[in-house]
Amino acid sequence: MSKKQKKMLIRIIIAAVIFAAGMFIPESEEMLSVMWFVRLAVFLGAYFTAGWDILWKAIRNIAHGQVFDENFLMTVASIGAMVIGEYSEGVAVLIFYQVGELFQSVAVGKSRKSISDMMDINPEFANVERNGEINEVEPDEVEVGETVVIKPGERVPLDGEVIFGSSGLNTAALTGESALREVTVGDEVISGSVNANGLLKIRVSKPYSDSTVAKILELVENSSENKAKTESFITRFARVYTPIVVIAAVVLAVVPSLIFGNWSDWIYRALTFLVVSCPCALVISVPLSYFGGIGGASRHGIMIKGANYLETLAKAKTFVFDKTGTLTKGTFSVTEISPVGISESELLGFCAAAESISNHPIALSVCRKAGEFPKAENAEEIAGFGVKAEVSGRKVAVGNARLMEQVGAKIPGEIKSSGTVVLCAVDGEYCGCLIVSDEVKSGSKSALAELKRLGAEKTVMLTGDRKITAEEIALKIGLDEVRSQLLPDGKVKALEEIYSQKPPKSTLAYVGDGMNDAPSLARADVGIAMGALGSDAAIEAADIVLMNDNIENLPLCVRISRKTRRIVTENIVFALGIKVAVLVMAALGISNMWAAVFADVGVSVIAIINAMRCMRIKAG
Amino acid sequence: MKKTFKLIDLDCANCAAKMESAIKKIDGVTDASVSFMSQKMTIEADDARFDDIVKEAVKICKKVEPDCEIVLK
Repeated sequence: MSKKQKKMLIRIIIAAVIFAAGMFIPESEEMLSVMWFVRLAVFLGAYFTAGWDILWKAIRNIAHGQVFDENFLMTVASIGAMVIGEYSEGVAVLIFYQVGELFQSVAVGKSRKSISDMMDINPEFANVERNGEINEVEPDEVEVGETVVIKPGERVPLDGEVIFGSSGLNTAALTGESALREVTVGDEVISGSVNANGLLKIRVSKPYSDSTVAKILELVENSSENKAKTESFITRFARVYTPIVVIAAVVLAVVPSLIFGNWSDWIYRALTFLVVSCPCALVISVPLSYFGGIGGASRHGIMIKGANYLETLAKAKTFVFDKTGTLTKGTFSVTEISPVGISESELLGFCAAAESISNHPIALSVCRKAGEFPKAENAEEIAGFGVKAEVSGRKVAVGNARLMEQVGAKIPGEIKSSGTVVLCAVDGEYCGCLIVSDEVKSGSKSALAELKRLGAEKTVMLTGDRKITAEEIALKIGLDEVRSQLLPDGKVKALEEIYSQKPPKSTLAYVGDGMNDAPSLARADVGIAMGALGSDAAIEAADIVLMNDNIENLPLCVRISRKTRRIVTENIVFALGIKVAVLVMAALGISNMWAAVFADVGVSVIAIINAMRCMRIKAG
Repeated sequence: MKKTFKLIDLDCANCAAKMESAIKKIDGVTDASVSFMSQKMTIEADDARFDDIVKEAVKICKKVEPDCEIVLK
C-alpha cells in the first residue's frame, strides 16, 4: 500500500468507528431535541471524515464543467439520503464507496506492479571499462566498441560480442524458457539475458537504443496504445450510460411522486439510481483484463503489441504458416550429391561458389558441406529462381527447374525426393543436383493438432519448395492445405486468396519466422513472428512476437487470447447484469442503497479480481 | 511527431477515457491515447504546433482530474 492509500485506510477506519457509535444512539422521537442534534452531529462527523474529499472534488469538477462524474453522483446520492432523514445510509454509501475505491486502487496497483515486474528486463547499469578503470554508467551512455564487464548475476546491458571469459546466459526474461545458453569468446550476446555463472567481457556492437532489450521494451511500452475494440466500445457506452441513468433517476423522483405523492420514498429510489450510475466497474475491467493477458503472455516469451491483436487472434480460424524456420527447423543439410558428367566435388564446388553470395539457409548448408570452393564472379541472385555466376571462367546456374529452363539446360527425367533439390548447370548443360533436406520441428504436429482442437478451421502452409517436398511435410504434421512452388511475391497473393475464403467474422493469422515475409505478416489480420530473438525486422513487422523458437507457443497464445476474451465478456455481462438488476429492483422499491453500493464498488472489485485471472495461464 | 508522457496519480479509468476523447478533439492531433493501466499518455500531432497541443492536453487532463500530474520531459 502506498502512503496515500494508508492515509485513506486510517480515514475510513475512523469514519467507520464514528459511524458505529452513531448507530447506538437511538433515534429520538422528537425533532430538534438534544439527542436528535447529538445523533445528527455524530453522523455528520462520520460523513465528512469519510467523504470530504469527494464533496470537494465534486464542487471543483463542476466548476470545471465536469458534471456526471462519480464524485458528483456520490455527493448527490449521499446528501439526498441525509436530507430525507436516512442518515445511516447516507454515511454508509460514502464509507463503502471509499472502501471500494481503496480496494480498487490497491488491486490495480498490485496488478500493474506484478505485470511490470514480469516485463522488467531493463538493465539498470553497465560496467564499462574506460582507461583501465571500471565505471558504472547508464546503458545508453556506452558507445559502440567499448568494453563492458558483466559479473555473474548481472543482466547483459547491451548487445555485443564476448571478448573474454565464458558463461551460461539465462534468457528466461526474454523467451520464457529458463534454459542456459553457453557462450564463449567470439559469441554474440543479447541484452536482457542474465549472466548465470562466469565473468564476461563483451565488446558492444550496437548502441543502447538499437539493442534487443530497447526494442522489446519499446514494443511492450507501446502496447497500451493499441486498444481493443471492446475497450473503445465500453468507454463510448459509459459516456451515454451515466447520463441516461441520471435522467431516469430524475424522472423516477418526480413523475411517480406527482401521481402518488410520497416524495421521500421515490427520491430514495432515485438516489439509489445515482449510486448505480457510475460506469467504473465496466470501464476498469476491460483494459485490466487485456493488460493482464498481455502480461501473462510475456511471461511465456510472447510479446503482444496491443490489446487489439489479442482480440483479433481470439477470433482467428484460419492459420497460414510459412514453412522454413516456422514449421521446420530451417537448418538444412546436404543429404545427396548426384553429379552428371562431372565429379562429386566439382559439382559441390560449383554449387557452393554460386550459392556463397546468398544467405538463404539452403545456400548456407551447401557452402557448409563444401568447405572450400572457388570464388564466384558477376554473381546475381534471382529471387525464386536461384543464382547465376561465373566460376573459374564458366557460366554456372544453380537453382530450381525454372532456372534450368531459363538457361536452356535439359534435366534428364524427374528427380524424386522429399528434400529440396538444388539443380546445377554449367555453360547451359545440366550437370547434376544436390538434395538438401530440412527437419520438421518436434512441436509442429502437436501444435497444429491443438490449434484444431481450439477450433481452427483451416491450416495452410505456404512455401517456395517443390510440391513433393511440401506435401510430404504437410502429411507428416497434419496441415489442411499446401501452396507450394510460390515465388516470394506469390506468398502474399496466395494469402490474399486464402483470405477471401475464410469463414465470415473470423480472422486470419499468419505465422512466419520474420525473414522475407514482412509483407505477409503485415497483410494478415494478425501477423505472428517466430523465434524473433535477435531479429529486429520481425519485431517491427509482426503484431505478436514469439521470442523463442517453440511453435507450441502459438496454441498457447491463442488460448491466452481466448481466455482474455472470455473474461472480458464475463466482466461486461456480470457488471451490466448486476447494475440493471439493482436498477430494476430500486425502481420497484425492493432494493436499497446498500445493494446499490454493492452494485457499484462490489462489482468493480469482483471484476478486477476476475480480470487478474488473465495473467495466469499454464503452458502445455 | 509522436510522444509519450508519464502520468502520476491517474486514479480513475473513466477519467482516462474522458481525457483521451477530449485530447483527440484538439485541432492538429492525429491520434491520442491515455492508458489507465500503464499510466501513460501518447500524443501524435503536427510538428509545428506540438508544444501548444501538449499544453492544451495538460490543461484538459487537469480539468478532468486535477490531482493527476503529467511528467513533461
